[in-house]
Amino acid sequence: MNRYRWRTFALELAMVAVAAVIGFPVYVLVNLAIRAPSDNSSPIRPTTSPTLDNFTQAWQEGALGGALVNSVLVTTASVVVVLAVSSLAAYPIARATARWSRGMFLLIMLGLVLPFQLAALPLYQTMRDLGLLGSAWALILFYSGLLVPFTTFLYVGFLRALPRDFEDAALIDGCTPMRAFRYVVFPMLKPVTVTALVLNAVGVWNDFFTPLLYLSGSTQQTMPVAIAGFFGQFVSDWNLVFAALVISVVPILAVYFALQRSIINGFAGGLRG
Amino acid sequence: MLLFAFVVLVPSVRGVYYAFTDWDGLDPSFSFVGLANFAEIPRDPDAVQAIGNTLLIAVAITLIQNGLGLLLALGVNTIIKSRNVLRVFLFAPAVITPIVTAYLWRNLLGPDGAVNSLLGAVGLASWQQDWLGDPHLALWCVVAVIVWQFAGYSMVIFLAGLQSVPKEIYEAAALDGGGPVRRFWSVTRPLLAPAFTINLMLSIIGGIKLFDQVYALTGGGPGHATDTISTLIYKDAFTLGEFGYSIALAVVLTIIVAVASTGQYLVLSRNERAAS
Repeated sequence: MNRYRWRTFALELAMVAVAAVIGFPVYVLVNLAIRAPSDNSSPIRPTTSPTLDNFTQAWQEGALGGALVNSVLVTTASVVVVLAVSSLAAYPIARATARWSRGMFLLIMLGLVLPFQLAALPLYQTMRDLGLLGSAWALILFYSGLLVPFTTFLYVGFLRALPRDFEDAALIDGCTPMRAFRYVVFPMLKPVTVTALVLNAVGVWNDFFTPLLYLSGSTQQTMPVAIAGFFGQFVSDWNLVFAALVISVVPILAVYFALQRSIINGFAGGLRG
Repeated sequence: MLLFAFVVLVPSVRGVYYAFTDWDGLDPSFSFVGLANFAEIPRDPDAVQAIGNTLLIAVAITLIQNGLGLLLALGVNTIIKSRNVLRVFLFAPAVITPIVTAYLWRNLLGPDGAVNSLLGAVGLASWQQDWLGDPHLALWCVVAVIVWQFAGYSMVIFLAGLQSVPKEIYEAAALDGGGPVRRFWSVTRPLLAPAFTINLMLSIIGGIKLFDQVYALTGGGPGHATDTISTLIYKDAFTLGEFGYSIALAVVLTIIVAVASTGQYLVLSRNERAAS
């Protein structure tokens, strides 16, 4: 049953055909992004005289460079904070048998179910009162709080399945609990850390609603908000808009293709946790 | 923990409180109006439509995206030569920023867009139309765009489930005379139960909370034909200044999410236990 036969070949062709259909929009995206606005031929016909003018113009007029830097900053800072806080919070929750650890766990689960829309508006007001509205700090603060429950949940699940022998050995050898965590437990958590890193980074990078609320009208925008603003400004100039879309997609796709194995395993990893 | 309380718990509780007031978001003086905001919801045709749209989108995405994802996973989990390339390629849309894919599709589905050009090229010119301009079609366009983006995501999770199934079980089933369909139904399906749980959870909750794609693809239009609860919350709060009412809608959203996820969790975990 494991030989490559003509039916396998037919399946192969069918799958490639499906992939072609799914990839078609991306072809159109690139095709229109490298086309001069004067070229009015059909969007599915390959562009005859490709140009990079759209990219330079989109880059300059959309202030996309600044947005890119902001997105990288917000994503990195949020993910680092989330991973540090969650792994540290998960450790006592998973290990302690005291009653409060269970209550804490339930509280975190509550955070998973509550949709963000409920908290968004009152938090908007709080951020405004704190003067954080329009600043990237508001986002970092927000994501750190929002993503910690889910990440802690991942860590607790993994930690409960992890044998205690290694940390016990370290503690007997005179290690402080903090050092035991840092040098013994945390390295063993690597698979969850990768999953959490990937899920949170992609989530923060792609999030649109939060920065739309908390950064609107400011100069510190993240990529998705900058793209939305750019679209509003150049709505009928599709070649330019598509160039901007390509610029915003290239970084994330580059990272994706470079690290595809860990990223796909990271997404699938929630299954085993 | 403090941070979590600050950005999630405290605002949520305050949110629930505001749902019972007529606060407009700015004015510090507002009054307690009891259940008036909630009573308003069933009388507001936009809200009723948005709730209907949200449920329809969530169910449609869940069925189509996971159906397609499962087929793709079964196709990739074979000995075809392109399996590794296909896996990476099919998952790629899932990492792209949703709002970017939505703008892309807005053009593709437009009157002069690539979808219409393609239909013309294969001789189906009579099917050409303004896909997003038709109130009935627009909603299905939203569904299609999300399925396009996330079918690969479902595939990856199903694939992880499929690969954890030991080969010996299939060989034993084949020896016992089980055909491919029978093998799938009696062997694969029960063993995929955890993957089903995760996939259905993700797509249902994602579908209910949907905002980005609708905002960028149709803006809720034409009219309110594609508004979801989330886009309506945004519009009511930030363009109409009806914060109290808008938060009442958010409470309704919360209840729907909570009911859907616990209901689903109970049903699916019973299936999982039955399967193992």
